[in-house]
Amino acid sequence: MKITLLDYGAGNVTSVERALLRLGAEPQHSNSPEHLANADAIILPGVGHYSTFVRALDDQKLRAPLVDALHRGVPFLGICLGLQALFKSSEEAADLQGLNLLPGRVCALPSNVKLPHMGWNQLSVQRDSRLLAGIEPSSYFYFAHSFAVTDSGFVACASCTYGAEFAAVIEHKNIHAVQFHPEKSGEAGARVLSNFLRLAA
Amino acid sequence: MTLAHRIIPCLDTDGARVVKGVNFEGLRDAGDPVALAARYNAEGADELVVLDIAASRDRRPTFLQTIRRVAAELAIPLTAGGGIRSLDDARAVILAGADKVTVNTAAVARPDLISELSREFGAQAVVLAIDAKRGNDHWDVMVRGGRDSANRDALTWAKQGVELGAGEILLTSVDRDGTQLGFDTPLTAAISRAVSVPVIASGGAKLPEHFAQIFSEGAADAALAASIFHDNVQSIRELKRFLATQNIEVRLPC
Repeated sequence: MKITLLDYGAGNVTSVERALLRLGAEPQHSNSPEHLANADAIILPGVGHYSTFVRALDDQKLRAPLVDALHRGVPFLGICLGLQALFKSSEEAADLQGLNLLPGRVCALPSNVKLPHMGWNQLSVQRDSRLLAGIEPSSYFYFAHSFAVTDSGFVACASCTYGAEFAAVIEHKNIHAVQFHPEKSGEAGARVLSNFLRLAA
Repeated sequence: MTLAHRIIPCLDTDGARVVKGVNFEGLRDAGDPVALAARYNAEGADELVVLDIAASRDRRPTFLQTIRRVAAELAIPLTAGGGIRSLDDARAVILAGADKVTVNTAAVARPDLISELSREFGAQAVVLAIDAKRGNDHWDVMVRGGRDSANRDALTWAKQGVELGAGEILLTSVDRDGTQLGFDTPLTAAISRAVSVPVIASGGAKLPEHFAQIFSEGAADAALAASIFHDNVQSIRELKRFLATQNIEVRLPC
C-alpha cells in the first residue's frame, strides 16, 4: 500500500512519519502532484497558521490533485489543520479558500477560555467511528489549536468541548479527519492511526 | 470533559547528557536523555521539555542530535529550548523533532523574535520562558540562567509576550528553583490570571501536595519538574493518581 504523507514543508511531518513507522507502515513523504495521483492512501498533517498551510498547498500545485484523489475515493486522513483545510474557509485567514469538500466553518474558539486549546482532552462520541474503534471512550487526546469547526454536526463522529463544542473526529465516505494530534496522543493516538491504516488497506 | 492539567518532566542537558546543578555550578551527570524520555513517555508524562542549559554555539549539533534521539522515543509532545536566538535556530530544533520551542534571554533582548517565530510556526509552537524573582512589590525578570536582572516586571513582560504571539508561558520561580519547598503560588497565580494563554509552573516542586496546590490555588495549566522525577523521589504515575483523588483533572496513564 502506497501511503503518501503530504509534506508541503510547513508542518512537522516527521512526528507523524515516526508514529506510522512504529506501526509498521512505510509512508512516503511527498509534495509531488504525481504521487498524489497514484496514492493508495493520503495523510495530510498540519500545524501552524492556516494561511501558510493553504498557500503552501497552492504554491506547490497540490490543491487540484488532492481534491481529485478525494473525489476518486482515496482513503484520506487529515490532522489538525489537515481537518480544517477540508472546509470552505477559516476565520484565521478569511480571504483564503479552503478545499471546500465538507459543509461547515472553521471559527475561532471563544476567548473566555485560555487559547490555544493546548493539552489533553476527552471526546464525546456521537456515532460509530471507524477511527475510534476499540478505543476507550474516556481516552485523552492531545490538542494544540485556537480555531475549530463548530458547526459540522452531520459529519462529526465525535466532538470535544473547550469554550465551545467543536468537531474532533470527522468521517465522511473516504474522508477522515481529527482535530487532535494522534501522533502525539500516546497509545490512544497510535490506535487511531492503526485504525486508519486498516481501513485504508 | 475538561482539559487535563499536564505534568511535564524537564531534561536540563549540557547538549548531550542530562545534568543537575544550580546556576551552572556543581553540575553533575543525571543520566541519558533518551533513556529518561522513554521512561517518562511510558509512565504517563503529558509532555517533555528538553533544554540545552549550556547553549553554546559549538555544541548545537550535539543538542540537535539529542532532540532527534529523544523525539524518536516519544508519543507525546516535545518542547525544546536553550540558546534559541533566531528563526533559523528555532527551525533547526523543530526539524529535529520538537513541537514547540522556548525562548528566554534572546526574547528579552529582542522581543520581535517572539512575533517572528509565531508567524512562522504558529503561536502553539512558541513558549515564552520567564525566570522571575521576587522584588519589593513585584517580580523581576531574570536572564542568563536566572543570574542577571533584566530590570523588567515579569507580569508586564508576560502580557507583552502574549501580545507578540507566545502561545504558552513557562514560568520559573528563581526563588523556589532547587529548594523543593513547593511552587511559587502567588507568582504563578498572578501571571496565570493576567494572561490568556496556558501557564506552566516550574521551580520548587517535591511533594504531590505541591502539585495539587499549584493547580488549584496557583491556577497553573501545567506543572514542570526535573530532579524529583529523575531521582525517583516522585513517580509520575503515583503523582497523577494522587491528583485524581484531589479532584484535579489529569490524564491517568494505563
